Amino acid sequence: MDLLNAFVALSNFVLVPALAYGAQLALGALGVTLIYGILRFSNFAHGDTMAFGTMAVVLFTWLFQSWGINLGPLPTALLALPFGIVICMGLVLLTDRYIYRFYRAQKVKPVVLVIVSMGVMFVTNGLVRFIIGPDDQRFADGERFLISARTFKEMTGLDEGLAIKTGQALTVVIAVIAVALLFWFLNRTRTGKSMRAYSDNEDLALLSGINPEKVVMVTWLIVAALATLAGTLYGLDKSFKPFTYFQLLLPFFAAAIVGGLGSPIGAIVGGFVIAFSEVLITYAWKKVLTYALPETLAPDGLAQLLSTDYKFAVSFVILLVVLLFRPTGLFKGKSV
Amino acid sequence: MKKLLLAGAALTALTAAAHAESHASEVKLGVILGFTGPIESLTQAMAAGAELAMSEVTESGALLGGAKVTPVRADSTCVDAGAATAAAERLVTAEGVKGIMGADCSGVTGAVLTNVAVPNGMVMISPSATSPGLSEAEDNGLFFRTAPSDARQGVVMTEGLIGMGVKSVAVTYTNNDYGKGLADSFQQAFEAAGGEVTISAAHEDGKADYSAEVGALASAGGDLLVVAGYVDQGGAGIVRGSLDTGAFDRFHFPDGMIGAALEENFGSELDGSTGQVPGTDSPGAAKFAEVVGDKFDVSGPYTGESYDAAALILLAMQAAGSVEPGDYKSKVEMVANAPGEKIYPGELAKALELIAAGTDIDYVGATDVELIGPGEASGSFREIKFEGGKMTTTGYR
Repeated sequence: MDLLNAFVALSNFVLVPALAYGAQLALGALGVTLIYGILRFSNFAHGDTMAFGTMAVVLFTWLFQSWGINLGPLPTALLALPFGIVICMGLVLLTDRYIYRFYRAQKVKPVVLVIVSMGVMFVTNGLVRFIIGPDDQRFADGERFLISARTFKEMTGLDEGLAIKTGQALTVVIAVIAVALLFWFLNRTRTGKSMRAYSDNEDLALLSGINPEKVVMVTWLIVAALATLAGTLYGLDKSFKPFTYFQLLLPFFAAAIVGGLGSPIGAIVGGFVIAFSEVLITYAWKKVLTYALPETLAPDGLAQLLSTDYKFAVSFVILLVVLLFRPTGLFKGKSV
Repeated sequence: MKKLLLAGAALTALTAAAHAESHASEVKLGVILGFTGPIESLTQAMAAGAELAMSEVTESGALLGGAKVTPVRADSTCVDAGAATAAAERLVTAEGVKGIMGADCSGVTGAVLTNVAVPNGMVMISPSATSPGLSEAEDNGLFFRTAPSDARQGVVMTEGLIGMGVKSVAVTYTNNDYGKGLADSFQQAFEAAGGEVTISAAHEDGKADYSAEVGALASAGGDLLVVAGYVDQGGAGIVRGSLDTGAFDRFHFPDGMIGAALEENFGSELDGSTGQVPGTDSPGAAKFAEVVGDKFDVSGPYTGESYDAAALILLAMQAAGSVEPGDYKSKVEMVANAPGEKIYPGELAKALELIAAGTDIDYVGATDVELIGPGEASGSFREIKFEGGKMTTTGYR
């Protein structure tokens, strides 16, 4: 019984939240890594693209809510998602047409594109705040919990509760579907294959008649879809605030680099590595140990490896170690 | 070379003075608040509060023979000391402001004070910087605040919690001067009163995920969780996480967490939680709400303090008969404190006339301003309890 309590406490505070957070990071990092692999620059505007897409979803959600349309226990945002994705696609295609294409034609160095993407980041950032404002927006509706901590306690008679939010469950399910679709697309379809060819060797790909503009456009479309998806899932699980989305950029890059820039599988693994390391290493084991160990051995202190202040140091140390010993990341991406 | 520099400096000073002469009928006041960054959702109402005092004075036409007061906004960002310093420097050198209403967060306020206000001899009144560290800052008598120091809030919070029979708490604070200062002063007071702090853990604002912090706090346990953070930042994330995982269902919120957003986002989930925010039962607060009407939201934190800060600068100018910071800095405490005729919001015109007539005034304002010690508000707090998804006032301390 005590071991069961220990496991439930661990799941409630570590495994479930880290799993959901990891899935959100993985979706975001996938977008970053695709741009890096195919367009060959680090897209700093990704966090704000995400904010823009999510903003569109939020606005559509409100519209549907005002019309009285909803999905019952599921959040209305799922219904608004396709519309948000289309609007976000429109934005990235516009930025590509009027900004990135100019620099691509000049064959500028990647670092110039990075700076350009920062410019795009600031403009998108401002645009989002202009339209929806800098405040926290709540757009989640429907059933909030799959199982709430209280119901779980009543159901099982355990002392510890386990809460699984609808947002968390949705995140994991949708992330799995999205990733499966993406891999099917990249490995099985003609366009997907030409994207991978273009990423592996641009000149060879051009020689074999692949249309670069089409590859670039499809990449942007996929990235916009992934960004909107990641942003909406994150917003449903936590909340939508432009400033936070901008700050998400850092863990995205950490995840993408740890996994290997340009490698989609790496981005997913990297997302989970970052999420779990942030939560696990700074977790205070007192509660779990008190349940798991005999009473005499129960710890007095918090049994915490590192204080939570060091949460971000943890992901950066992992980043540093990976860069030192495997500069191409865990899954042989491009070296930075 | 040195002489040349000196001569140059003197010349600039002269032209600046001449410039000021020619614009004696216009007084510019800097409003430096974090219009972008972690507290951007609070600052619009704060700035509106300060600007209300300025327009009230302008309309009265009673300041120094009808001077017009113009606000000049600048962005403190709340977190970036470099950016705040640059913004304040611009206000002083390029805009030629005669006083600064700001800054907001304690960290940037300290930076602006040491880097800009003291070297330039500029008076600065902060409506919301509450770090105890600022009490000891070297300020040449130029720095005041209409918000009480957190050392005082720590004591008030302890009295409230002990009074409710709370013996052990977990504390989380936003990792900056405000959060750390408040958490430390609270822990000191609470332990001295016989309570136990099971853990005092920092959280960073604006981050993506707070599972790690919530996990650690839950593990440490306690009767309730004290969240010394910001309502639209990490603080809200921590509360959300704690509620969702069932880690805590009772909280205590210091000032940074009290805001309309708390009701909107959590509603009845917070029933039974408590908090306190600088506030007073003096008629000033009600009068302030009346003067403001529906121009902006007065329920947000520090809107009254912002109004008072701007009003104090202008009243001190009137008392000194000069808009120069060096002249009026010594008058700020005089107009703020007793004895004298009590002045409430909306009565700035009357106050200016009284001062001009040589009568002493005691500015009460929206927040019952009384400056003590090193020029900071003595502070009275409004205690809050959540009932039925609403914040209700339970008393004043």
